Amino acid sequence: MVTGAGASAPAPAASGLTRRQQFERRQRRRSTLIAALSMTLTVVALVVLVPRAPRWDRVKASFFDAEVFRDSFPRLLDAFVLDIKIFLWSAPCILVIGLALAVTRNTRSPALFPLRAFGALYTDVMRGVPVILWMYLIGFGVPGLGLERPWNSPLLWGSVALVMTYSAYVAEVFRAGIDSIHESQRAAARSLGLTTTQTMRHVVLPQAVRRMVPPLMNDLVSLQKDVALVSLIGPIEILRQAGIDKAKFANFTPYVAAALIFLAVTIPLTRFTDHLLARDRRRTSASAVR
Amino acid sequence: MSARRATAGRGEAKLTVEAVHKSFGDVVVLRGIDLTVATSEVISLIGASGSGKSTLLRCINLLEPVDDGRILLDGVDVSVPGTDPTPVRRRIGMVFQTYNLFPHMSVLENVTLAPRKVLGRPKKEAERAALALLERFGLADKATSYPDRCSGGQQQRAAIVRALAMEPEVMLLDEITSALDPELVGEVLDVVRELKANGMTMLLATHEMAFAREISDRVCFLDAGRIVEEGPPAQLFDQPQHARTQQFLHRVIDSGRL
Repeated sequence: MVTGAGASAPAPAASGLTRRQQFERRQRRRSTLIAALSMTLTVVALVVLVPRAPRWDRVKASFFDAEVFRDSFPRLLDAFVLDIKIFLWSAPCILVIGLALAVTRNTRSPALFPLRAFGALYTDVMRGVPVILWMYLIGFGVPGLGLERPWNSPLLWGSVALVMTYSAYVAEVFRAGIDSIHESQRAAARSLGLTTTQTMRHVVLPQAVRRMVPPLMNDLVSLQKDVALVSLIGPIEILRQAGIDKAKFANFTPYVAAALIFLAVTIPLTRFTDHLLARDRRRTSASAVR
Repeated sequence: MSARRATAGRGEAKLTVEAVHKSFGDVVVLRGIDLTVATSEVISLIGASGSGKSTLLRCINLLEPVDDGRILLDGVDVSVPGTDPTPVRRRIGMVFQTYNLFPHMSVLENVTLAPRKVLGRPKKEAERAALALLERFGLADKATSYPDRCSGGQQQRAAIVRALAMEPEVMLLDEITSALDPELVGEVLDVVRELKANGMTMLLATHEMAFAREISDRVCFLDAGRIVEEGPPAQLFDQPQHARTQQFLHRVIDSGRL
């Protein structure tokens, strides 16, 4: 970032750095020192203070039992494969339905009024009720109709509940993205003779999708966690498996192990999202204002 | 389309605006505009900001529906409420003050999008035609660049080429140099000069008085949604008849723009 800047700067100091660079180096060193110091203090405080709590021994035994951890971890990992599967087949459905909902709500044609009204109602209803409630209502309600296999699978209807709620969230992200494209872009496309559909397809959506990636990633990280709600209606995925192991060992360590497995997936995803956000910010504004 | 242009001789009315009214809510912008543009004629619209120049151009391109009055293209009323504006827009090119290039496409893709999607030209053919146009306006080396890698002047020229790629019969230029740095204005105006030399029918809203004087066959002065005065540039700029025109031109001269 700074290479070459020193050469053209007026009267560089003996170190070869400009005045600004020297100042920034001093600042950086100071910041590093302060950060290291406060980090050390925090860790020391935790290590010293937490074990001094009156029941620490019992908490340690029931949440951080190495034996239980070793025993249940492989089973939890196996169960987690189901979570990933649910995620992988739900996410594409969510994106497609979300986009369809958003585009529908942006149409103007009077013939499509019922669709538009349905889209608005759908997003309101789906977003207005907790995911966990939809899980119960759809997951227990629909198989209760007495459908034949495989149409009575809780796995299927649990996924449907996730797809229905998340497509409503995602539709709002798409809609915001579509609305964020300036009217002048549409005017330019329409003035060239493109139809509204062509304008949406070739001009608006390609630009909108770029802006929507970070918020979409956010929703996908949430989805990855909410997949565990499927456990409430039967399928043995990681949360359910952790519950089984908890009962078997009379110990909460499997929950801690499950949490660690979730983190192993969600932290990289979150970091990736932050990276995309930062890149987007760098692109839209030349330099960050301090 | 080109056949139609060939048969229409100079002097024939290409575009007619009749008693056009336009309001945005309570704000009345156009209060009865009458204007006839002959084939290959170049008309400049001058006037203060808010006088209705841009709105008039947007109405002609049917980007804004007119409230009252008619817009005729080759004698056909294209402003009948309910008619599909898309086929009309294909015949009228528009260039905007803020260029409005598509930022996610290269210059070449910007230029070929409409010929491919609207006219259904094969990609190869559209690109060949686009490259020829870009070459003609000194943009051949920018064909693969994205708009944000081009100067304002290059972007605006690319926007003009994008409109020309549809082989329009009329070009509407909406203050196309207003967003440009002064040293970049010249290259864009050169493009307009070349278009005039090739007989393009043009209607331009502009604040470049010297240019309007040089290039126009006729100049219209707009004030509060009406054409207050119109005439050949020499007459309008040197012997303005109307008090409002005199006032406006005085202000312009005082600010050093004429």
